[in-house]
Amino acid sequence: MIANWGLIWPAMTAAFLASLVEAVEALTIVLAVATVRGWRPAGLGALAGLLVLALTVVALGPLLDHVPLHLLQLVIGVLLLLFGMRWLRKAILRAAGVIPLHDEALTFAAETEELREQARRNEARLDWLAAITTFKAVLLEGLEVVFIVIALGSGRGMLIPASVGAVVACLAVAAVGLIVHRPLARVPENTLKFAVGIMLSAFGVFWTGEGLGVAWPGGDLAIVGFAAMFLAVSGAAVLLTRRPKAELLS
Amino acid sequence: MTVLTNALRELAGLFIDDGALALVIIAVVVLTGVVATLLPEVPLVAGGILLFGCLAALLSSVATAN
Repeated sequence: MIANWGLIWPAMTAAFLASLVEAVEALTIVLAVATVRGWRPAGLGALAGLLVLALTVVALGPLLDHVPLHLLQLVIGVLLLLFGMRWLRKAILRAAGVIPLHDEALTFAAETEELREQARRNEARLDWLAAITTFKAVLLEGLEVVFIVIALGSGRGMLIPASVGAVVACLAVAAVGLIVHRPLARVPENTLKFAVGIMLSAFGVFWTGEGLGVAWPGGDLAIVGFAAMFLAVSGAAVLLTRRPKAELLS
Repeated sequence: MTVLTNALRELAGLFIDDGALALVIIAVVVLTGVVATLLPEVPLVAGGILLFGCLAALLSSVATAN
């Protein structure tokens, strides 16, 4: 039971934090479209995206039961390594000032400007284009959430805790977004990506090893040790690559 | 066709940002698999290659980008 909780909490927390980031990014696009063209095309596109996402999960989800466990662990583990280390690398470079931080307010401004430009070029098709924009944003960010839930949950029957974490995050972002009607620029996105990148990479090493027949010392709790090592190496990487402020300003 | 290509490109982009990092990760996993097959009685050697290989790949990728 202790080992189970040792896996449930990291899986649920990682799914919650990762989904928070993805939901905030999707919300920014939906709000931008709603600001320029109104809630009707924005909402219809987002709902269509959610519908396609749900159909994809319903259609492909049961197939997971037919994949041998070791193969599933290996494939999911490798995908988690690719996905998690990609996030972690970017978060390290952003924390070190090598690349600029992701700014939801800037993304919102760029998206609204692009939609206004499209309006000037082709007014008649704009509602359609606006709906496609939110459809694509919700579908792509949603696919990332689904992948994270499957990746964190399928290896040891943790799909329910991971799904709960993801659903709570998405509902929370949607609720806050509907109330404040602004992009959630204050969410510390890079810190979240840093933390999630560490957790996904740790899960990736664990599942890949299990898939290849490695019996990790400590069982599931080895994930915590891997996360600590990724944290230490990532922290060191930030310190080693940090750009001086004067250089950043210039 | 373009829509499908774009969709596939965006899907691939979820996993691959820095191509070199992705290649090194795959190489580490393949090496781990080879070692796990050749030395099944000491699986921790393969585990160590996987863990430290990934950490080294991350450091190397960040250093290169810098």
